[in-house]
Amino acid sequence: MNGPRVLSYFVAFAKGYLRNPLGLFFSLIFPVILILIFGAVFANSGSSAVPLYVENLDHNSPGSVAFLQALDHTGAVQVNVVIPPAGTNLSSYLASNGESAGLLIPAGFQAALTNKTHVTLQLFTNPSAASQAGIVIGAVQGVESAVNLQEAGGSTIVTSTYFNVGSQIYTYIDYLIPGLIGFSILTSPMFSMVNISSTWKRDKLFRQLSLTPLTRAEWLTAALIWYVLLALVSAFVMIGVGRFVFGAHVSVVLWMFPFLLAGPVLFVSLGLVAGSASKTPESAAVVGNVILFPMMFLSGTFFPVSGFSPPLQNVAHVLPLYYVIDGLNAGILFGNGAGALRDFIVTAVIALVFFIAAIRLFSWRED
Amino acid sequence: MQPGEVFAFLGPNGAGKTTTVEILEGIRPRTSGEVRVLGTDPWVMGRDLQRRIGVIPQDFHFFPKLSPREALNLYAGLFGVRSRAAELLDRVELADKADALYDTLSGGQRQKLGLALALVNDPELCFLDEPTTGLDPRARRAIWSVIRGLKKEGRTVFLTTHYLEEAQLLADRIAIINLGHIIATGTPTEIIRQYGRPERLHIVGDVALAEPLRQQLNLGVEVENGAIDVELRAKGDALRVLRWIDTSGFAYQSFSTAQDTLEDVFLRLVGASEHSSLDKSTEGEEA
Repeated sequence: MNGPRVLSYFVAFAKGYLRNPLGLFFSLIFPVILILIFGAVFANSGSSAVPLYVENLDHNSPGSVAFLQALDHTGAVQVNVVIPPAGTNLSSYLASNGESAGLLIPAGFQAALTNKTHVTLQLFTNPSAASQAGIVIGAVQGVESAVNLQEAGGSTIVTSTYFNVGSQIYTYIDYLIPGLIGFSILTSPMFSMVNISSTWKRDKLFRQLSLTPLTRAEWLTAALIWYVLLALVSAFVMIGVGRFVFGAHVSVVLWMFPFLLAGPVLFVSLGLVAGSASKTPESAAVVGNVILFPMMFLSGTFFPVSGFSPPLQNVAHVLPLYYVIDGLNAGILFGNGAGALRDFIVTAVIALVFFIAAIRLFSWRED
Repeated sequence: MQPGEVFAFLGPNGAGKTTTVEILEGIRPRTSGEVRVLGTDPWVMGRDLQRRIGVIPQDFHFFPKLSPREALNLYAGLFGVRSRAAELLDRVELADKADALYDTLSGGQRQKLGLALALVNDPELCFLDEPTTGLDPRARRAIWSVIRGLKKEGRTVFLTTHYLEEAQLLADRIAIINLGHIIATGTPTEIIRQYGRPERLHIVGDVALAEPLRQQLNLGVEVENGAIDVELRAKGDALRVLRWIDTSGFAYQSFSTAQDTLEDVFLRLVGASEHSSLDKSTEGEEA
């Protein structure tokens, strides 16, 4: 391994990359665009209340108003009292306005409370918005239970205090940043190396390099240094955008660096294996996409894997990117050194396997 | 090959020229036989050999987003030598495009860059694999001028080309390969003398002349496309033929002397070699 040769080639490789607007866009700008889009869409997902439209047929009796205030205070729903136009009911009102949740308080609600007689509330939910329906049903039943307990003269025995995972309150954007750092570690090296290893072979650029003293190991080292640097810059940019645009609770921590090193090694090697195993640039692109896209969506980049169905979770656990993102989450969000170390070991072992495979498969002489 | 000579390697498409060159450059293993380049086995000693040779491969390509100056600096870094980018760009007449990106260069300018890159490590031996293919006459002459310069400096040049005029102009010695076998070697003059037809008198006129000429003067006579070619075996043959025609009363429009070029010889040799190979394969099939 000759340092000056690696440096010479690194400088040329970096210039070639920086002068290619497409490469730079997908490495640095595209992940930021994703943060901005997903951040804007899910900005309030951590704390937003589900809108609940209420028709109060009990004419704002003190009991019905108190019930609705209690419901509003749960924070799970946002109570909006509406009066459906004449000739319609609450169900048709919800349907015509595209709303998913409604509550009808019948006339005589106050009288029922006073006389301790049974009264039935009507709750409307949309099966296609199952998670919102669950929140609304839970909130309404919670307030109903509290009212029943109070009216029955009982006292609360079991209560619970709620904590968020980790040491502070996390929002969607907090989880998105490590996911997109992982996304960036995956896509730039994979796309580039699949493309390079197939088109450079076609254009005989490897043959051109093989006529110089540069060795394959030196070539690979220069490329790895470049992608590690790119991953570092990309991570800093994303953490900066997350913090300053969305107030994300993410910062630069020591535990992210092992993944910013091992991740590019893994995906440069994987890209090289995919490209080298393909006969034409077209088939290499297909092979690359077949590997890349499932990994991109099933490794917890955009949504936590814990929210997936068990079979999908099993799939995620065999994808190398899962361990990169899980480790970044452990390091950046939860300060969980042991978890990050476990994920790093898995990542490093997979990286080593693919690195050896890449060195064996990738050839630039006409063997 | 002898040190300091320009050695042209000729052959039709698919004859094995590039395969041979790549074996000599050390980027392809040989299937059989013995190969020595500058005293070493190129496949075994490829890395060491590459420090002593310069190469323009066929269909030369380079990194699209690097300029010629950057490309030469890169090569200097890889070979561990002082960069002579300005000097080499001047030499191949590419100084005006020193900072243009490779993907904006014309075919001729790209080949000039290839030639400059082949000289970065001050090579003893240059392999130029079809360096002028597809170039316009001006660009081709610029490359020829550089090749002549290399010879003057005492470097050895292995030139692969299918432009026979180029080989005849530049080469000290030539080898013709066909179907993987060398079928002729020597200087251009030796090859023409050995494999070409004798000098001829080319007469455009009455083809009825042919038969009396053959019988009266005992010379080889061929009729082709309404013209007569008479073989000139001795110095006085041309005068003898013209004198005979003059007294015979036959009419003719013009006459000239003609000699085989390297191209005529090449076509004849390659054609014969292919026929011979065809005959062998037919015999094989019959057997």
